[in-house]
Amino acid sequence: MDKKQIKEVIAKRVAKEFSDGDVVNLGIGLPTKVANYIADDIKVILQSENGFIGLGQAPEKGKEDKDLTNAGAQPVTIKKGGAFFDSAESFAIIRGGHVDATVLGALQVDEDGNLANWMIPGKMVPGMGGAMDLVVGAKKVIIAMVHTQKGRPKILKKCQLPLTAKNQVDMIITEMGVIKVTDKGLVLTELGPEVTVEDVKSSTEAELIIADDLKKMDV
Amino acid sequence: MDKFIKLDEAVDQIKDGMTVMIGGFLGCGNPHKIIDKLVDKGVKDLTIIANDTSFVDYGLGKLVANKQVKKVITSHIGTNKETGRQMNEKETEVILVPQGTLAEQIRAAGAGLGGILTPTGVGTIVEEGKEKIEIEGKEYLLELPLSADVALIKGSKVDNFGNVYYEKSTRNFNTIMATAAETVIVEAEEIVDEINPNNVMTPNIFIDYIVGGEK
Repeated sequence: MDKKQIKEVIAKRVAKEFSDGDVVNLGIGLPTKVANYIADDIKVILQSENGFIGLGQAPEKGKEDKDLTNAGAQPVTIKKGGAFFDSAESFAIIRGGHVDATVLGALQVDEDGNLANWMIPGKMVPGMGGAMDLVVGAKKVIIAMVHTQKGRPKILKKCQLPLTAKNQVDMIITEMGVIKVTDKGLVLTELGPEVTVEDVKSSTEAELIIADDLKKMDV
Repeated sequence: MDKFIKLDEAVDQIKDGMTVMIGGFLGCGNPHKIIDKLVDKGVKDLTIIANDTSFVDYGLGKLVANKQVKKVITSHIGTNKETGRQMNEKETEVILVPQGTLAEQIRAAGAGLGGILTPTGVGTIVEEGKEKIEIEGKEYLLELPLSADVALIKGSKVDNFGNVYYEKSTRNFNTIMATAAETVIVEAEEIVDEINPNNVMTPNIFIDYIVGGEK
């Protein structure tokens, strides 16, 4: 798979996690692509942490509105039934458990469901934005990411980078498979296209438990 | 009480060394005209409280690029390379705060609260130096109120009384900042006679001065 196909596989699989009526916040980058693969027969309400629900597609060229942007400053649209609010209310929604799922990228994730995705000391310090609140507040935290970084594992025994949150990750979806974070550790429940269990193990530093009913990823 | 002042008079309220809140989210909902005037005037050593430092050439990030800021309290600086550079070279102090915490700290100041308890940041470097309080078995960080000398906000419509209406996603931090500063200046995109009281998002009692509205 090339880079584009890898991202498509991940986004498609993440989209299957949602149920009708879910309120979902998608992070910047790969997670944003998930919106393109949500099934037509379910209605998912996308939350934009800069202050609205009902986040829609990008507007047609020439129809951009300077007063309507997403959390990445891109011009967007709002769907019928949407609603605007201020940042305090936006984070009441996020922190207060009113978001069913959040999808974010990661620099590192570990066996305890710890997540590091906001800084590399001395190198990249963009700030946490809304990520820390989202990870603590959303009912389900899904990490959507390419399995390794230049061949180096990102799913570790223990995160080395500064954490975004402790023990909050519920599942990790990569092009190599679906991994659930459980009390017993990380469980590989689905295997990605074109890979074997051994491939996943060798690309993962953390201990992986292989589910008895391991399935092929449906993408 | 007439709250209308000229842009120059608005900017004159902001002195070197002051703490200034600026509403907006990556430039959307920033009071751009006041910011541009502040850049022209060169007021310096400001402490800025804002969601982000936008971009080098758009929004409040211009103040950073023009080296008028000595400290910034914010949730995100990743879109403005100059903020990162100044932080690394220790020219500007940058305090990074989770976005939801920042909103609540400002809200707390405006609402007369002594602080807020949030689970956000527990177990991360954000908890360093902060008091942790356990309530019903769950840990929270005590985050203190954040107030400012001046808040600069942007209203899509402002009426003759100073009531404010914000269009679409421009509302963001503007409403809460309007409650948390000694002096609050709203930059109006449009001035109207009266906003229907049902649609007022910031009640006029929070607004000290109104600028702009020129078509």
